[in-house]
Amino acid sequence: MSAASGAGGDTLAEKGWLASHKWLILRRISQIIILALFLAGPLAGLWIVKGNLAYSLTLNTLPLSDPYVLLQSLLAGHIPEKMALIGVAIMLAFYFLVGGRVYCSWVCPVNPVTDAAAWLRSRLGIKGGAHISRKLRYWVLAMTLVLAAGTGTIAWELINPVSMLHRGLIFGIGMTWTIVLAVFLLDLFVSANAWCGHVCPVGAFYSLLGKWSPLRVSAAQREACNDCMDCYAVCPEPQVIKPALKGAKQGIGPVILSPNCTNCGRCIDVCSKDVFHFGLRSAK
Amino acid sequence: MNDTNSKTPGARQPARRQFLIDMAKTVCTVGLMGTGLGLYAKQAKALPPLAIRPPGALPEADFQGACIRCGLCVRDCPYNILELAKPEHNVATGTPYFVARNLPCEMCEDIPCIKACPTGALDHGLTDINKSKMGLAVLIDHETCLNFLGLRCDVCYRVCPVIDKAITLETIHNVRTGKHTMFLPTVHSDHCTGCGKCEKSCVLEEAAIKILPAKLAKGKLGEHYRLGWDEKTKAGKSLVAPEIEHEYTLPEGYKYEQGRGLIPGSSGESVAPGTQPGFPKALQGDKL
Ligand code: SF4
Ligand code: SF4
Ligand code: SF4
Ligand code: SF4
Ligand code: SF4
Repeated sequence: MSAASGAGGDTLAEKGWLASHKWLILRRISQIIILALFLAGPLAGLWIVKGNLAYSLTLNTLPLSDPYVLLQSLLAGHIPEKMALIGVAIMLAFYFLVGGRVYCSWVCPVNPVTDAAAWLRSRLGIKGGAHISRKLRYWVLAMTLVLAAGTGTIAWELINPVSMLHRGLIFGIGMTWTIVLAVFLLDLFVSANAWCGHVCPVGAFYSLLGKWSPLRVSAAQREACNDCMDCYAVCPEPQVIKPALKGAKQGIGPVILSPNCTNCGRCIDVCSKDVFHFGLRSAK
Repeated sequence: MNDTNSKTPGARQPARRQFLIDMAKTVCTVGLMGTGLGLYAKQAKALPPLAIRPPGALPEADFQGACIRCGLCVRDCPYNILELAKPEHNVATGTPYFVARNLPCEMCEDIPCIKACPTGALDHGLTDINKSKMGLAVLIDHETCLNFLGLRCDVCYRVCPVIDKAITLETIHNVRTGKHTMFLPTVHSDHCTGCGKCEKSCVLEEAAIKILPAKLAKGKLGEHYRLGWDEKTKAGKSLVAPEIEHEYTLPEGYKYEQGRGLIPGSSGESVAPGTQPGFPKALQGDKL
């Protein structure tokens, strides 16, 4: 599914379907492969990866743990065993390098759900909606951490749609689908990108983690921009584009520095003038 | 306010007001969410009685801060007895538990579930499965247990992996028939691991013996209680000197024999005037 049914028409004509969906396709492949690896065990008895996104063990040797969940556990007063700690170290290093919200666009199981809502929203031409501050997610993040410390439990995991969906797909979905549906409807009717862009504390946490990450999208060819607005239309966090794309006069560099950029690469796909590409934070 | 005669603040104030309103809205929303979730979390700390945690699980309050709901314990249990709670279950979402009546813990010697746990929510210090305390078996219904009815069933006793320590059969005279013995399954909390094999195998439609969280199943003596016989062993001698010979106050015409209890006596004890045979002496006359 393309989030750019309305936008990217020029690109489609100029670059062809494949080239104008390159990063989107790669991203979907990544999401599918990751999910398939987790599902191969329970469905086909192929135990390459065990567990879920909170913690997984690959080939019975490589531990990977979610630093946000572990942080909550720590605040709740528990110091985990060695395996979980090694897993956290690996994940911290990885997302610090590639950008925290790479988790959101390339791994998170809720992303296809909210992308589908965004696609349908533009298809149905639903405009406007409730005003929610994009800062809300950081307040929610803080609230989950305070709650972990205050209740001594990993309270957010009781209702976190991200881990619930992933766990549900692997261990049995039960009533989890109602929560996923709620997120979908929120994004469809209440406000564009409401969940990922405004509420989700997991995304907020990973954005902080990737604040200084070197891998960035850069509007290197920004002089070529013809103001078609396609990139704004497809970007789940459109506010991150403007400074880099239009900041030349104010002396702002072309690299998108906002940690809320999910490095999804849709802007690269959709731009007929090839303004954007992946690069390093240090690039000029 | 003077925003009528001062242009700059007048132009800025709506924006600032909007900012403050947004801020207040955000804080209120998050505060409400947090309070609601906090109350929910508190409630979710109480594990329903029939949901039993895997061996080695930390006390419930700590467990929910330690378990990251990865399901590795579920995966490594060779008997597939564990399940991760779904949102509609009455157990904190995503945490592992089992229901003994469906599938009991097989008490694996190498305890793979504990080994798999990356966080220590299942305590890695527990290496002897016989020392685990998943819960405590309780013979909860004396009215339907076949052994209590005087029939011989003993199934729970025989399947217990810690047979004769965790469950013993205590014999008692069957008053109904007058000539049989009842064998009462009796659980000993110091040896019961809470595996649930007894509950699973109870032959009744609804088990008469059930695993309960120890907190529900165990009574607790007041701190000030001292058990005379314990104190006596501890001290190595009687704490009362000189030791008093126990005096029995028996119904008329009966005598007491260790191990058998009351037996009709052949003694020609004289019956005091105004007393009835078979009525405790202590309640008669002025001997109270
Ligand atoms: S913001 Fe949250 S729900 Fe959205 S993709 Fe990121 S982690 Fe997933
Ligand atoms: S001891 Fe064995 S049967 Fe019992 S929960 Fe652990 S792995 Fe499963
Ligand atoms: S392995 Fe440990 S952390 Fe993972 S679900 Fe089981 S008890 Fe929880
Ligand atoms: S739960 Fe039942 S079977 Fe298991 S150890 Fe206790 S008494 Fe024995
Ligand atoms: S199996 Fe059930 S009925 Fe039989 S003795 Fe045990 S508790 Fe009683």
